[in-house]
Amino acid sequence: MVRTGLFTEGDPPALLGSRCASCGTHHFPRHDTCPYCAVEDPEPVDLSPRGTLWAWTTVTAPPPGYRGETPYGVGVVELPEGIRVIARLTESDAGALEVGQSMELRIVPLHTDDEGRTVVTFAFAPEGAP
Amino acid sequence: MNGVVVSGVGLHPFGRFEGVSTTDMGVHAVRAALREAGVKKGGFQAAFCGTAYGGVATGHKVLSRIGMTGMPIVDVEAGCASGGAALMLAAGAIRAGQYDTVLVFGTEKMPRGIIRSSFFEPWQEEAGLAATPAFFALRAQRLALTSGVTKDHLARVVVKNRRHGATNPDAMYRKAIAAEEVLASRVVCEPLHLFMLCSPNEGAAAVVLTRERPGAAGVTLAGAVLRSHLPGAVLSESTPLSGLTDDAGPSPTTLAATAAFEEAGLGPGDIHVAECQDTDAARELLSYEEIGLCPAGGSAAFLESGATALGGRLPVNPSGGLLSKGEPLGASALGQVVELVRQLRGQCGDRQVDGARTALSHTVGRGANAGVVILTH
Repeated sequence: MVRTGLFTEGDPPALLGSRCASCGTHHFPRHDTCPYCAVEDPEPVDLSPRGTLWAWTTVTAPPPGYRGETPYGVGVVELPEGIRVIARLTESDAGALEVGQSMELRIVPLHTDDEGRTVVTFAFAPEGAP
Repeated sequence: MNGVVVSGVGLHPFGRFEGVSTTDMGVHAVRAALREAGVKKGGFQAAFCGTAYGGVATGHKVLSRIGMTGMPIVDVEAGCASGGAALMLAAGAIRAGQYDTVLVFGTEKMPRGIIRSSFFEPWQEEAGLAATPAFFALRAQRLALTSGVTKDHLARVVVKNRRHGATNPDAMYRKAIAAEEVLASRVVCEPLHLFMLCSPNEGAAAVVLTRERPGAAGVTLAGAVLRSHLPGAVLSESTPLSGLTDDAGPSPTTLAATAAFEEAGLGPGDIHVAECQDTDAARELLSYEEIGLCPAGGSAAFLESGATALGGRLPVNPSGGLLSKGEPLGASALGQVVELVRQLRGQCGDRQVDGARTALSHTVGRGANAGVVILTH
């Protein structure tokens, strides 16, 4: 896992977020203080694994520190909790995606680390995609 | 902000300079600005140095070299807006009566390629979520939906700025380019092609600010404002991992521009020439809207009208912008200010905006940091 505390690997998986009891906003990643109203200790919540595509692009050259394959997709997915999340996309062909498309969370292999272990991360895939 | 004048400016050209250090470039720009201002050793009481990659005591190294130390020397890092932040601090100190004359400079040698930023967590880099051009591309795609900005508009911004930059001896790229060449360059992140992105590079700029005295003519620093972000916008320069679907709040640029206009007692309609952040072609168009140079959603039409080209109603980036000059983070905002001071003095030759009496400089970048500076003459 690329970093603990970001997501669960259940079926379905979930992004680990938080919700402010005071202003009602949701956050990702999980915060210990609400970034909107500065109230402490928002409640931990699992975010919805489904959303709609809001923006997307394809990264064609490896950025500094990147350990996965190129090209790869990056996009913004709107979740029903009223938040937009930046994530990798399993689809790297920008022409194959459209705004408002239904997307679902997947946990996908990112790279193999120096000890030969598969490192996984979160990504969104078009709903029902293989 | 009454009472602060720009008494001298200096620039080290922007480009790539093998064997020339960050300190060397800073010395070049500082010497030129001090000479123009007629300021000698002991003639300024504080110095602020903008830099992001310069390292510890960048400002001290420059001023040690020219034998002018002892006063407070403060390095300022505010990403792309570092120079704007330094100007705000210097102007505020003069206005408050703390100093009479302050040296403000920025100097930078950027690493090559996609900028690596300590801003990101290692896991974000590892997972491919620290790809700066991708964030620019996502913003460009949203601008296509909200403002009708097409790839042709993006290419047109590059063509405009490169045409302007062709006459600027301090720019890195001094050759005009056709829209076809822009669109034929490789796609970095759809919809952005390589020539729609500015190049990180090297350079330095310096400005001497002085308390206004009776009878002294010169360019007035009418406003200098730095602002950070409010949370909520997922594609903000604060580069969060999430935002809200309800993100109607003002951007850092809008916050800074609104405050700078208020400080100067001017509005967007009063500006004669502007230098705007054009890290990528879409960023310039978004800046038009965020500063209020055109209505929200109107940037493509504003560009098409020709208003922002030399000869238009409000030329933007007569220097060629970052798309022609390249971007040395700590020096880029002050580079804009140097250009605009020279524009207001009528010293810009072929790229002169005739009769310009008011000017606006805008930078925005990681943090978020947005700087807006307004000059009048």
